Amino acid sequence: MNVLSSTLLAAAGESTKVGNPWVNIGIFGLFVGITLVVVLKASSNNKTAADYYAGGRSFTGTQNGTAIAGDYLSAASFLGIVGAIAINGYDGFLYSIGFLVAWLVALLLVAELLRNTGKFTMADVLSFRLKQRPVRIAAAISTLAVCVFYLLAQMAGAGALVSLLLGIDGKLGQSLVIVVVGALMIVYVLIGGMKGTTWVQIIKACLLIAGAFIMTIMVLAAYGFNFSALLGAAVESAGTPDILNPGLQYGKSETSKIDFISLALALVLGTAGLPHVLMRFYTVPTAKEARRSVVWAIWLIGGFYLFTLVLGYGAGAMIGAEKIKAAPGGVNSAAPLLAFELGGPLLLGLISAVAFATILAVVAGLTITAAASFAHDVYSSVIAKGKSTPAKEMKVARRTVVVIGIFAIVGGIGAQGQNVAFLVALAFAVAASANLPTILYSLFWKKFTTQGAVWSMVGGLVSAILLIVFSPVMSGQPTSMIPGADFALFPLANPGIVSIPLAFALGWLGSVLDKNTEDPIKSAEMEVRSLTGVGAEKAVDH
Amino acid sequence: MSTTEESDLGTGIDFMAEQDSKEFRELRKTHRSFVFPMAVIFLLWYFAYVLLADYAHEFMSIKVWGNVNVGILLGLLQFVSTFGITAAYVSYSNKKLDPKATAIRQRLEAQEGE
Repeated sequence: MNVLSSTLLAAAGESTKVGNPWVNIGIFGLFVGITLVVVLKASSNNKTAADYYAGGRSFTGTQNGTAIAGDYLSAASFLGIVGAIAINGYDGFLYSIGFLVAWLVALLLVAELLRNTGKFTMADVLSFRLKQRPVRIAAAISTLAVCVFYLLAQMAGAGALVSLLLGIDGKLGQSLVIVVVGALMIVYVLIGGMKGTTWVQIIKACLLIAGAFIMTIMVLAAYGFNFSALLGAAVESAGTPDILNPGLQYGKSETSKIDFISLALALVLGTAGLPHVLMRFYTVPTAKEARRSVVWAIWLIGGFYLFTLVLGYGAGAMIGAEKIKAAPGGVNSAAPLLAFELGGPLLLGLISAVAFATILAVVAGLTITAAASFAHDVYSSVIAKGKSTPAKEMKVARRTVVVIGIFAIVGGIGAQGQNVAFLVALAFAVAASANLPTILYSLFWKKFTTQGAVWSMVGGLVSAILLIVFSPVMSGQPTSMIPGADFALFPLANPGIVSIPLAFALGWLGSVLDKNTEDPIKSAEMEVRSLTGVGAEKAVDH
Repeated sequence: MSTTEESDLGTGIDFMAEQDSKEFRELRKTHRSFVFPMAVIFLLWYFAYVLLADYAHEFMSIKVWGNVNVGILLGLLQFVSTFGITAAYVSYSNKKLDPKATAIRQRLEAQEGE
């Protein structure tokens, strides 16, 4: 992604001269200023742990749904999908379908039940009727693992993307940008807590969706609002009708076909296991609002992916796959190049500001999730054995935010130039393998036990990470992270097809073989609570 | 506001008995009889689509309208079905699930307040 900088610099140099970075800086400054004011205002009543972790549970379903869309539509999904469709045509579209359909898992099986049984973190639900310590530790580890992979990807992307849009080149300049992004994020999360973070997400989601909508209308207008004509132009530009048909990217060999199934599995099951998405369900007061959030998120995310279909083929038609690929940023430059083509430096500046906002918001959401998980699950429940006070716990959470922020800055500087998609795919695969089986089992299977939960989480986490380490993404290919070495024993780029079924099987096996029985009263309580919301809803008059 | 909801309600409730009550079993049945079949249907439809896109390239390439082919149409149908299932679930929850869940919750919370 760091090559993207030179692309846009080149593009900017060709037609807009030096004025361009200043437009971008102005729009960035405006965004940072507005969001800081909002965060400060939102922070004025951060008193309890529920305020800090869950925004006082005061958000409406619509607000939270918009924030979920903000969390979910990362810069990778905006730049990545538009670029993938522009170059690989139909196969890029397949990603967006997986990302959208995945929300039905969250809507039907997870969101409301989770809201009714937990307080702050994923581990609250998983450890409800099982033994606290082992389950909380395992859940906290997988939460941290998913957040860290996601964080590093965002930070590495942030350095490259933002420096390019600001016109800062070179490693030192990019590192500086990462430091600034990281510091801003620490400030947002430290001061604003979940409430401030949620508002940043809401503002960002509105900007991103509005920006994509405007570009979509402009692209369609260029072809007389005839979708078929747009596709025709994309075919003409690509020089092959294959761009409209599946198989350009994943149809190459039998292995790549299986790899695609593996990816599809991880995408559809990963979303409902992403800890920063799960934590958002706690920011609303009731299960009904949690449902409303997901419904609203589905409409926004679905609409956005429909826009990316038009934008992707639009970039293919108006700029051309060859020019995009030849541009130093490669695939990722399609959306910014299209913005520049459609609306000159001003639209490019707006879209850049949106991309910047996207990264800041997603990083903030991940950081608060990781901090809550550490303070609430590891510190409060395991280290202090439940004897900690909420004030102490929040102090730990705030310190964790700083530690994670510094870690993200250092990691982001180290990860510059790394394959960003690799880290994001790993996060989805880990979430689908380590988290989702245990979530579903503990919500729906009475005989699920502590041993099953630990086996499933640890087995899913370890197998997903090991398979990626020994995959062609890591070594053996010219495009791998370590191109010189070859220890790619596993042929697929995505581990999902092995690690997800394995985690489900381990959860079952661990439970069946468990000699200890779980507390039936707790199990009954969890089921009654999950479906009725007793004790979890706002206090009613009685 | 945020302090009241953190108070752990439910300590005085006999959850074992509640779980076994006719009312609760009915709620659970109403919930599962919708979400389980629906989850199976959308997953089957999604993977059918994935397999078609993966292995039936010729079928997906058949032109339907102008340059729009079967593949794009089926892809857009995935969007339509996702929106449709979402709307169906909301309407089912509002009509069938929420009244039952609210009735049980209010009864339990009243019992707890005694």
